[in-house]
Amino acid sequence: MIPRHQTVLFIVLLATAIIMGTVLWRQLDRAHQRLLQGQDSAPTQAPQVAPAEQATLFVANDADNSLLARPLTLPLPQNPEARGRAVLGKLLDLYAAPDATHPVPGGAASIAQVFMLPVHAAGASGPSPNTSGSNGGSKNSAPAGPQLAVVNLTSAFAASHPSGLETETLTVLSICATLHANLPSVAQVRFLVDGQPRATLAGHADLTRTYLAAEAVPTEGTHP
Amino acid sequence: MNGRLSISRPVCLTGRPRRMRNTGILHPAFCILFAAAASTLAAQEQPAQPARFVVLLDAAHGGDDAGGNLSGQPEKSYNLALSVRLRSLLMARGFAVVTTRESDTTVAPDRRAEIANHAEAQACLSLHAATNNMGSSPAVHIFISSLAPTGTTRLAPWKTAQAAWVERSVALAGMLNSALAHAGMTVTLGRTGLPAIDSMTCPAVAVEIAPGKPADASGSPASSESDVQAQVAEALAAALVEWRSDDKGIQKQ
Repeated sequence: MIPRHQTVLFIVLLATAIIMGTVLWRQLDRAHQRLLQGQDSAPTQAPQVAPAEQATLFVANDADNSLLARPLTLPLPQNPEARGRAVLGKLLDLYAAPDATHPVPGGAASIAQVFMLPVHAAGASGPSPNTSGSNGGSKNSAPAGPQLAVVNLTSAFAASHPSGLETETLTVLSICATLHANLPSVAQVRFLVDGQPRATLAGHADLTRTYLAAEAVPTEGTHP
Repeated sequence: MNGRLSISRPVCLTGRPRRMRNTGILHPAFCILFAAAASTLAAQEQPAQPARFVVLLDAAHGGDDAGGNLSGQPEKSYNLALSVRLRSLLMARGFAVVTTRESDTTVAPDRRAEIANHAEAQACLSLHAATNNMGSSPAVHIFISSLAPTGTTRLAPWKTAQAAWVERSVALAGMLNSALAHAGMTVTLGRTGLPAIDSMTCPAVAVEIAPGKPADASGSPASSESDVQAQVAEALAAALVEWRSDDKGIQKQ
């Protein structure tokens, strides 16, 4: 038989422990909120400003199923992967504009990464998303020999892309032609979506094949 | 002719007549020669059967693959409706029509090419619909394979089998383009990589209809999708009639 005073003491201690636990949990939550509110989200380093250069974008036009070369002055990094990402980002920004001749939502954020691989190495082992990306650790030296560019698109871009043979083909070809125009060493282009192979862009354009970049560039007065 | 054949049968099949018993091995040889000559004559005298002109209609998508969305209607249904409509028009004009699907079923690209290649079609049309036409007037996009043309080989690689047929596909695309433009359609021509078409061993063209956006606030298009489909089907049927006569001309040469 447990004495009455011990029972009372046990209940008081249990109640005290529960109250202290609740108070501590609230204090922790408040401290976390204070930390989040006081966090300085401003960048600690100024972004590197690349020098403005002349770039050529091959802009698609749905009305006549054509690609039109459009020269633009853009700040372009020297690193080929970052450079590829920059020109493709600008191209997709044009497509996301309200008066676009080839309307596709998404803009520059649709290009997750652009990787460069030597063509012979890519042929031997296939493109790997584990190679150094455009965000760091890359070499700035110009690549020697033909390159395979692997364009990693976001799944949001693929999901929101209009469906159709013409529109999807124009998107793919304009990406290939723009890469080749600004990075002549790019001979082949492959596509991934969220780092994974995907059968088609939005039901039509084949994303499993390797595109020859030079063939995507239209000659004067011809359609792709 | 039939009379000659009926006389020859008792001689060769029921045994030798008495006056031929000493001919030995020559009797079967005579029989074979006579039968061969009779069959040749029979073939010459029979009225020439018109060559079977096969058109393959491939309604793209289907089943799990709905394709795009055309103002509430899935592309797979639109394509199938066009296929059914065009099949009726072609059969009325004396074509033999083979389709890759007759209902809402999933058909793999390789299976579509298999059906086309087994049919030995003289024209293969892959039917699509697009959602990117921002204008109110309908447009038609015609695509052929982006494979580089090559010569005919006995054993063509599966994924690039269309390469040997690209030149004929270009000719077919040109004929479809003329007929659709004559019908008042806005037509664009292009090249693309479609796995089903790249494996076909026939003149193959992908036809994509972009019906256009509604013209007024009420949401009714300038011309309904069904009207556009009917116009396109009529133009395609007219083009294929011309293609058939052109194909016969080439075969005679």
